[in-house]
Amino acid sequence: MTTSTSTSSLAPPAGVLPPPTERYTVLGWLRKNLFSTWYNALLTVIFAAVIILVARGMAEWALTQARWEVIGANLRLFLVGQYPAATTWRAWACVVLLALLIGLSWGIWGRGQRAGAIALGVLPFALALIAQEEARVPLLITGAAGLIGFALSFWRGVRLQRIAIIAWVVYFPLVIVLISGFGGADSPLPLVPTNLWGGLLLTLLLTVVGIVFSFPLGVLLALGRQSSLPIVRSLSVIYIEVVRGVPLITVLFMAQLMLPLFLPGVTIDRVVRAMAGIVLFSAAYLAENVRGGLQAIPRGQYEAARALGLNTWKMMLLIILPQALKAIIPILVGQFIALFKDTSLVVIVGLLELMGIAKAVLAQPDFLGLQAEVYLFVALIYGLFCYLMSAFSQRLERRLSTGRA
Amino acid sequence: MSEQDRTNEPIIICRDVHKWYGHYHALRGINMEVRKGEVVVIFGPSGSGKSTFIRTINRLEEHQRGEIIVDGIRLTHDVRDIERIRIETGMVFQQFNLFPHLTVMDNITLAPIWVRRWSREQAEEIGMQLLKRVGIPEQARKYPGQLSGGQQQRVAIARALAMQPKIMLFDEPTSALDPEMIKEVLDVMIELADSGMTMMVVTHEMGFARAVADTMYFFDQGTIVESGTPEQIFGDPREDRTKLFLSQILSH
Repeated sequence: MTTSTSTSSLAPPAGVLPPPTERYTVLGWLRKNLFSTWYNALLTVIFAAVIILVARGMAEWALTQARWEVIGANLRLFLVGQYPAATTWRAWACVVLLALLIGLSWGIWGRGQRAGAIALGVLPFALALIAQEEARVPLLITGAAGLIGFALSFWRGVRLQRIAIIAWVVYFPLVIVLISGFGGADSPLPLVPTNLWGGLLLTLLLTVVGIVFSFPLGVLLALGRQSSLPIVRSLSVIYIEVVRGVPLITVLFMAQLMLPLFLPGVTIDRVVRAMAGIVLFSAAYLAENVRGGLQAIPRGQYEAARALGLNTWKMMLLIILPQALKAIIPILVGQFIALFKDTSLVVIVGLLELMGIAKAVLAQPDFLGLQAEVYLFVALIYGLFCYLMSAFSQRLERRLSTGRA
Repeated sequence: MSEQDRTNEPIIICRDVHKWYGHYHALRGINMEVRKGEVVVIFGPSGSGKSTFIRTINRLEEHQRGEIIVDGIRLTHDVRDIERIRIETGMVFQQFNLFPHLTVMDNITLAPIWVRRWSREQAEEIGMQLLKRVGIPEQARKYPGQLSGGQQQRVAIARALAMQPKIMLFDEPTSALDPEMIKEVLDVMIELADSGMTMMVVTHEMGFARAVADTMYFFDQGTIVESGTPEQIFGDPREDRTKLFLSQILSH
């Protein structure tokens, strides 16, 4: 580097080079990734053949043999069960509000990813094209609500953060009130008894209530298990271990059959009993996952918080739990996905959520033997929601990452 | 330090402090008085109990016998007393222990807002002054994981100072740092000592001790072997153990 003195102000420091760039042609990529060795090539050919065979069989069946009319004819049942047609607007109102909130939140927290937002906004319009007559207008309103929410976020920007959070918190009780209603026929929102709730609507309600209530309960149990108070600790341990030792089906049965025995004279709604069972069950598992997160927090974090004069609650809420929960986002979402799918077990106690409706539809004389179509459709719905949850969790993780450390 | 401050009442009083870990006798009767504005340096071999001792001052470790009085408050099991002492006592750790999920500014303002109940504006104003004082105001919006070790430790000092404590405890503040970052942290500590802060520092940085310590305590096997001014300790140590230890850490 003897000559570098004269050029040092112009050229980058000696030795600093741009990273090598790798460029492939299509053929080059194929050779590197699929045909690098003779056995790789063999595997590629075999798997390609299998994929083509299966895909062709599926496509042929789906396009020529499958009787998709079973879905169209029962779409209403799949989505809301026997929820009365006259009050379906209330379910739609929930969907429209949800679209508004999602649009708004996407604009505030989505870091300006317009492509996704537009796709989300356009989806209802696309669905409106293929939907049945009665769903068209609500779908159009939904799409518009999503776009309005997104536009709002650009108008006021980050200042809407607090409002958006409050709106989400208010949204869930509002949904329950809207769906269930109150009072007799003369009230503005007449009561819809829960035995009419069904389909995807019931599945989602069970899931949301399960998550919203089991989460704080699980966190409290996890903290209880770590408590220095012996009674709190042993009660938490006993609860967690007992519930984890029992299958969900048993918990659901107990909630249906034994709760009325324990509480004579009090009638608790069937759906509420199922919700209680799911919440209590899920909380025990959550508690163990949260405990895992708590144990991952170094002792120094507790000490630093204490040394600053924070009391136990402030230390937990401000320092320990945010880190512990962040560390277990993938596990938490995994559990919420499992909870979502486990709601199908309420079929056993006579509730007609999505899977229950599927069975009921298959029992109709017109649609006997159409298991493939019906279950494929149900699987698609489950798959879609699970995918959304998992995608959301990945976004959340990236959003909360604060560099190394 | 003016002579007036030196004659003040002691702000930390430790009498016959004992601590056991199971059967291991970690602190074996420590007596110490620290006056307001005094800078105390504690040194000694590893396992000598010096870190355990400094952590009993704000009750991160519980002493089992003897008494500790900090700023007029006797340390007992009373949680409110413990929290009052912790509010008046800032602590800086070997491993920094910054909160990784919060920005530098939020690390500093968290306790003033939630414990002292200051407004966010007030807390951030003081936070910014402190960041300027430790020389890294431009890092306020970064996360701890994005800073170097020396910068993190300076944030930790600012975080402790934000509570406007009367006493600062330093538990080996430079031991986890790369050599080139030790000076930037020591410079901040020297400035703090010159400003009249009461400080208790566990460290092996003998240059720092020589420059700012009023009293040095040599710990070994859970007892204070020797104490005195830096001139006495470095110039004319009485105990053989002190001489041996000093010769070991000053030999290179």
